[in-house]
Amino acid sequence: MTVMQETRSSPGAFIDFSPDVTSLEIRGFGLRYGDKPALANLSLRVPRHRVTAFIGPSGCGKSTLLRALNRLHDLNEDVTWEGTIRLEGQDIHAPEVAVAELRRRVGMVFQAPNPFPMSIYDNVAFGLRLQGRMPKRRVDDIVEWALRSSALWDEVKDRLRASAWSLSGGQQQRLVIARTLAVGPEVLLLDEPASALDPISTLKVEELIRNLKSSLTLVLVTHNMQQAARVSDYTAFLQDGELVEYAPTDTLFTNPRLARTENYITGRMA
Amino acid sequence: MMTWRRPSRRAARSEGPWAWLAAGSVATSLALLALLLGLLAVRGLGHFWPAEVSLVALDDGRQLAGWAVKESPLPGGDGRERLYRTGNRDLDGAIWDWVDLDEIREVSHPSDLVVLERRRWSEFIGRLEAVETESGERISGESAWPALERRLTALEQHRASIERLRHQVIRPLVLRLEAGEASELERERLSAAQEQVREQQAALPKDILILETVDGRQLRQPLTEVTDALQPNAMGVGEKVVAWSQGVWRFLSEGPRAANTAGGVWPAIFGTVLMVVLMSIFVTPFGVLAAVYLNEVAHQGRLTHWVRIGVRNLAGVPSIVYGVFGLGVFVYGIGGHLDDWFFSSSLPSPTFGTGGLLWASLTLALLTLPVVIVATEEGLARIPESQREGALALGATRFEMLTRIVLPMAMPAMLTGVILAVARAAGEVAPLMLVGVAKLAPQVPVDGEFPFLHLDRKFMHLGYHIFDAAFHGGDVQAAMPLIYATALLLVLVILVLNLTAIFLRHHLRSRHGTLSK
Repeated sequence: MTVMQETRSSPGAFIDFSPDVTSLEIRGFGLRYGDKPALANLSLRVPRHRVTAFIGPSGCGKSTLLRALNRLHDLNEDVTWEGTIRLEGQDIHAPEVAVAELRRRVGMVFQAPNPFPMSIYDNVAFGLRLQGRMPKRRVDDIVEWALRSSALWDEVKDRLRASAWSLSGGQQQRLVIARTLAVGPEVLLLDEPASALDPISTLKVEELIRNLKSSLTLVLVTHNMQQAARVSDYTAFLQDGELVEYAPTDTLFTNPRLARTENYITGRMA
Repeated sequence: MMTWRRPSRRAARSEGPWAWLAAGSVATSLALLALLLGLLAVRGLGHFWPAEVSLVALDDGRQLAGWAVKESPLPGGDGRERLYRTGNRDLDGAIWDWVDLDEIREVSHPSDLVVLERRRWSEFIGRLEAVETESGERISGESAWPALERRLTALEQHRASIERLRHQVIRPLVLRLEAGEASELERERLSAAQEQVREQQAALPKDILILETVDGRQLRQPLTEVTDALQPNAMGVGEKVVAWSQGVWRFLSEGPRAANTAGGVWPAIFGTVLMVVLMSIFVTPFGVLAAVYLNEVAHQGRLTHWVRIGVRNLAGVPSIVYGVFGLGVFVYGIGGHLDDWFFSSSLPSPTFGTGGLLWASLTLALLTLPVVIVATEEGLARIPESQREGALALGATRFEMLTRIVLPMAMPAMLTGVILAVARAAGEVAPLMLVGVAKLAPQVPVDGEFPFLHLDRKFMHLGYHIFDAAFHGGDVQAAMPLIYATALLLVLVILVLNLTAIFLRHHLRSRHGTLSK
């Protein structure tokens, strides 16, 4: 395992997480909205089949970084970027990368549940159907597997044809996770997935995240420090578009290297 | 025991004058609408009711029979006069008679008065003396009326069978003959059928009705000219209802007569609906694509901003301007060239180089385009960004995101646009006068003849029919009830078209709940 080179503006990026293997490698990444810088010279690695949490105050750029990982910024014409992001060694901005294919490999779950206005079944099958015709039996199997994986199957198996909008918020969020799992991603990006949910639904989603990491690389953006401590293996602290400190979660929360980090996690932020 | 309490409604009532003002506005609008529909319904539908015929005896011994239409003050004097519709244009030269109320001695409703609807000369009002059959037999007295009814029924059956023969046997054969495909056998069948028609026509009852007006003039009326015969004063309510429904049905199903002042409006109903449907077919994909481009594809800069303002302002351009544009560009421009290229054999008589169904629908599609664009754009803008991102994050391309998520979600808004477009287009008359509507086009533009839908034909339109009957008919007074009925029908047609779209939209919305968040 090579030790990542420390860059000038991200002193905390220095981490050795062997024996874990790198899934996503971000190197010297910066991003601007028009003239406004959002991320600057950011380098870190996301380990495979682990949960990595991005924490930091509002506007620190953690969601922007997350969206950069599956190129959702492509929609916005004002966005410019520098640096590289590699997924399993492949530059995601390379011209030969099909962005739709990339987004299948790097799935994303958003802050507010966004099920499509169709039945529960069709929501989960949506991504599969984009990949061309498939025998109905196979679609059925994958839908069931995805709903079981997101711990929703028992609650909805009798009403798969009901509108997805008839589910509760927590169920909707797990449905969205199931929908993403159905296309078989390698990486799952979660943008504050539990911030709109009640405590019980939040616990269910967190348990789901812990279960999923046996087969998936998860990246979690959260405002909730306890949540980051509960579910993540590694935590990156961002502030003002820069990576301040990146460490195994236990280390970062119990023994942060920098005072800025400590101030934030103990709530002494100015 | 606890009682359930609710907030007092008095609180709402005591909110002051503005609430009353707002409620008053709604009430006024509703009342006006009810008045409008009520007027149209009473005047229009009442026309078909077989009203009692009055026999009016005047002081000077003159007698007349007819229906009272209206009363007004005598010009330059006191007293009032009353207008009677007396029919009998062939005898009197007019179908109206003004009578001074003071001169009326007696008004009665004898049950032997008959009303005959005729193909020409308006209706006959008077008495039936006798029916003279072909063989010279004369049926008079009590048995004359039943004889007339019997013979009229027989005549109608005769006509129907001739019509069937023409439609089902002769026309297809003639078409094959024209196409040069007819075999010798078919030629023989054709001439046999034509011979049959000639025979049947010759066999039409040639009875003569001996009629007498109430003031004693005699008239010999061939039965073949009569379309309907009633004795309104002898009819019970049940019979009148039957006669009324038959009248309404004939109004809906037949073509116009007597320079659009009588008869039915079927070609106009058909033309209106067909034109609106074609217009929707043209405008919907075009408007939706334009809205998708403006909202989803185009760079949101100053140019799109100005294009949007332009589109919104296009909706305010007076419709006659679109008519002029359609005439210049579609009819003379494109139509003229089409004729030069494809229909030069029939020049100088134009095929597409004159107004017709196609150009009228296209002109109206252009007229309603801004409405569809604006409504669709609003629908697209209402779709949350999270839905689009959700689709993209699952590996959808932008095209897949549009067709599978965004457009289905915007469907109700698109239908709202189409509803507005239909409502506007169905009521437009001004541009149609330039690009294809006809005063009289009894042939509807759809028939069994290839290519079945004749886009080059002129067509009739309910709105234009009203305009024509009201301002260009010879006798506006006679056409007035039909104008009301046609106006009512126009409102109903638009209502039906709109309801269809509204039900469709409701169905789409109810499938997965509404976009409430």
